[in-house]
Amino acid sequence: MASTKQKRVIIEPVTRVEGHGKVSILLDEKNTVTQARLHIVEFRGFERFVQGRPFWEVPVLVQRLCGICPVSHHLAAAKAMDWIVGGEKLTPTAEKMRRLMHYGQTFQSHALHFFHLASPDLLFGFDADVAIRNVIGVAAKYPDLAVQGVMMRKYGQEIIKATAGKKIHGTGAIPGGINKNLSIAERDVFLKDIDQMLTWCRGALKVAVDYTTANLATAAPFGSFDSNHLSIVRKDGSMDLYDGNLRAIDAQGKKILDQVAPQDYYKVIAEEVRPWSYMKFPFIKSIGPKDGWYRVGPLARINTCDFIDTPEAEAARKEFMKLTDGKPNNITMAYHWARMIELLHSGEKIRDLLNDKDLQGTDLVTKGDRRDEGIAIVEAPRGTLFHHYRVNKDDQVVMANLIVSTTSNNEPMNRAVQKVAQDHISGKPEITEGLLNHIEVAIRAYDPCLSCATHALGRMPLEVILVDSTGTVIDRKRK
Amino acid sequence: MSETITFTIDGKEVSAQPGQTIMQAADAAGIYIPRLCAFEGLVPHGSCRVCTVMVNGRAQAACTQPVADGIVVENDTEKLLAIRRDIIEMLFVEGNHYCMFCEKSGNCELQALAYRFGIAAPKYPYLFPKREIDATHPDIFIDRNRCVLCGRCVRASRDVDGKGVFEFVGRGPQKRVAVNAEANLADTDLKTSDKAVEVCPVGAILRKRVGYAVPVGRRRYDHKPIGSDIEQAASKK
Repeated sequence: MASTKQKRVIIEPVTRVEGHGKVSILLDEKNTVTQARLHIVEFRGFERFVQGRPFWEVPVLVQRLCGICPVSHHLAAAKAMDWIVGGEKLTPTAEKMRRLMHYGQTFQSHALHFFHLASPDLLFGFDADVAIRNVIGVAAKYPDLAVQGVMMRKYGQEIIKATAGKKIHGTGAIPGGINKNLSIAERDVFLKDIDQMLTWCRGALKVAVDYTTANLATAAPFGSFDSNHLSIVRKDGSMDLYDGNLRAIDAQGKKILDQVAPQDYYKVIAEEVRPWSYMKFPFIKSIGPKDGWYRVGPLARINTCDFIDTPEAEAARKEFMKLTDGKPNNITMAYHWARMIELLHSGEKIRDLLNDKDLQGTDLVTKGDRRDEGIAIVEAPRGTLFHHYRVNKDDQVVMANLIVSTTSNNEPMNRAVQKVAQDHISGKPEITEGLLNHIEVAIRAYDPCLSCATHALGRMPLEVILVDSTGTVIDRKRK
Repeated sequence: MSETITFTIDGKEVSAQPGQTIMQAADAAGIYIPRLCAFEGLVPHGSCRVCTVMVNGRAQAACTQPVADGIVVENDTEKLLAIRRDIIEMLFVEGNHYCMFCEKSGNCELQALAYRFGIAAPKYPYLFPKREIDATHPDIFIDRNRCVLCGRCVRASRDVDGKGVFEFVGRGPQKRVAVNAEANLADTDLKTSDKAVEVCPVGAILRKRVGYAVPVGRRRYDHKPIGSDIEQAASKK
């Protein structure tokens, strides 16, 4: 039975992340952490209410899950519906337009996360004055960096508009293809600025590298732990954010599974339900729920791939892998470094695609034999995203299963929260806002999208409530 | 014998032929009167009331009211705009109109009217009715969530296609478009080439697997508001 002197610290909502979540930390009378959890408090229900809808509507409907990376859901659903219409072998124009859309999205999402959400912690320190530890503080002290963040995000968003029709929630990807190509005029607007974007990518990568190497003693153990890593990779082992087969490795780099087709995901991945969270806990079946959890996202992708097929990002990957002597990197704070390698990779991919004449092709849609099941995977900015649908003979969706990247990172984020709570809060006589921000820093490394929903800029209060085990509020602090 | 009738719309003198409706005369004069159930080539229905105008101070449906010599018609007034805005808002809240993922978005007359009238969100509470989808037909589906009961499909099927596939059943809030069959749309002789499939102003009757083939930016109302074709045709004369 719990001690009557037990305290519960709640961080609600977790700030500078997408969506709403809260952290609860249980402390005994000596402020020793006995439990720390990240709770996802939102309930979405998309898997239920796409049922009955016509299948071609789903790529446009289901992307409403999110306002930051809706393109991921748009493309994952469209890729699944390609299988329904038998059009999974896209025309070159369709596949390259979708890829351009996807890299544009990764570009803007990674820029948003690094410059707007994460950089205040890295530039000012985890427990810096909260009045300056925000994007406005970054804009005041590092105006060039802040402007670059805004302009890079805009560039990515404009690419999404040119390929999907709108910056957020477009309609470009349709079952079996795409509904437009890229005109010469549209292309030239992006070509004009691509060199500047790549220069800024290199600068952002340098900030992440310098931060990690300069603070390695504190950053390396911060919220870190050994884990499995999962992503899709191309058949030749290259990183591929748009298409590929599943690969998972353990903390030492040993392959757990490799080149598993997306259509077979359910044979290797299962989901566990726990009573205290709306979010499921996916795991690798062959290992089981206890140890089969894995990390996804930039860190996992750099770890799982054999190489990156763009030269500058590949050079950056090799530099990154030197940090751990070529073994998988299990440092949670290294997510930022990995993310900036992907930012550069996305920039290189965008440049290469813009110079590809296939984007001006006119063969946009293909189809073949109708199927009643479609499964697809893309690498969303935050990690591997699974979409699985079944469709009846009347073209209506009868089953949908979505495993979003933040769901896969559920267990890792909880581990990170526990580790930071143990290392930085446990036993401290006073629990300050700065200490609590350490917890959020660990969560932010994953760039979680807790609801897959976008939220307007506004006041995001952090409230800490101390209660005893009977539920009586002892103390309450707001920032 | 050809007799020209002369009357005014918002003070502007308009000429018309006997037998024309106020809407037909207004269209010819380049004056847009908003409408939803009216459709060129179909018998006027007068059911949506979006085209309500004041004729000698009395509210009338412009799509059914014949012209008469010397009548004074008010169209573009604050009072009528408010009435039309309320009607459009009520049509929105009575159904389940989720423009954000509807494939008719950008080509939808109800949505286009809302944009023309500057309706960002309706002031009335949403009713969230539970309505059925009929996807049984191999090439056409009905999503009754989006039906505004304009009756275009009923008239087109009966008068143009000569089939009578659709008919209204029920009263008041229970009123809905039914199909002339024992069971479902698949049991009718409706074809994709039928006029009844073409005339739906909203996303209630749609050809299957067309979806979002037309990209954003090339849809009917992406750049020009509804009614601008009528207004522009007159300005070119």
